[in-house]
Amino acid sequence: MPKIEIESEYCKSCLFCVEACPKKVIGTTSAVNSKGYQYAVAINPDACVGCAICATVCPDAAIEVYK
Amino acid sequence: MEKIYSRPIGLKKSINGYCPGCLHSAAGKLIMSVLEEFDLLERCTQVDGVGCSANNHTSMDVDSIGSPHGRPCAVASAVKRISPETVVYTYQGDGDLASIGLAETMMAANRGDNITVFFINNANYGMTGGQMAPTTLMDMKTSTTPYGRHAQEHGYPMHMCEVLNALTAPSYIARVTCIDAANVRKARAAVKEAFQHQLDGKGFSFVEFVSNCPTNWGLSPIESLKFIKEKMLPEYPLGEFRNR
Repeated sequence: MPKIEIESEYCKSCLFCVEACPKKVIGTTSAVNSKGYQYAVAINPDACVGCAICATVCPDAAIEVYK
Repeated sequence: MEKIYSRPIGLKKSINGYCPGCLHSAAGKLIMSVLEEFDLLERCTQVDGVGCSANNHTSMDVDSIGSPHGRPCAVASAVKRISPETVVYTYQGDGDLASIGLAETMMAANRGDNITVFFINNANYGMTGGQMAPTTLMDMKTSTTPYGRHAQEHGYPMHMCEVLNALTAPSYIARVTCIDAANVRKARAAVKEAFQHQLDGKGFSFVEFVSNCPTNWGLSPIESLKFIKEKMLPEYPLGEFRNR
């Protein structure tokens, strides 16, 4: 099953991935990283199809995709 | 399970120095991923200008030279002439390339030096607080044009791709952006083509990234992408201007 891994320390909460994901897999929670950013998390991982659009648009290269 | 998208190994394993949503990071990521694909990380030299573009030493793990403000093209020409087997590229912003360093950029392009130039156009001077740049759009408010940019007082936006396209020597000129996945893939193809021109010894290659500055534009990262789409792209049309 496809899945994404988000490195929370690289994330700056720009939310490009949240906007870009066609399956609405990604969102944010109240959790913050050491810089204080509300990092993106896969809140709905079962819907992931492994299209890698989130990783493509992530400017900080925080997302890795497995398929 | 196979990894189909991974972080380029040329990027340092730490958070970089750019603001959230800044497309400088995206441009750096693409350059590193192409260098990794060509296996050039060990034999490339990056020449940084001054401004936000110089922040990329916080993320890019390659040999780099910090040049005087505006002079990366001159320094890169020197490096390429001394060491022709080194792949040399400059990474510059609009204040660096289009303003203070215009002469060096034009001269390197006119000589057809075998270097690659990456130009990040975000329509203001990001690092110093959002002052007007030569590339600022008409009627755009910046900290030095609080009533907007007016032609009579400040002139018109400068289109570097079109200006360089008037010269004979450059071999590759393209304008790209990283606002969505489709455009990121096109941008990566343009970066790859630019490095291929240098490896083939064809001469000066130039890629302009139409970029954003959420902090100084006063917009959220998502809003800044909409601003690029609605305001920047009509002024700076994307595409390949020259490929030979």
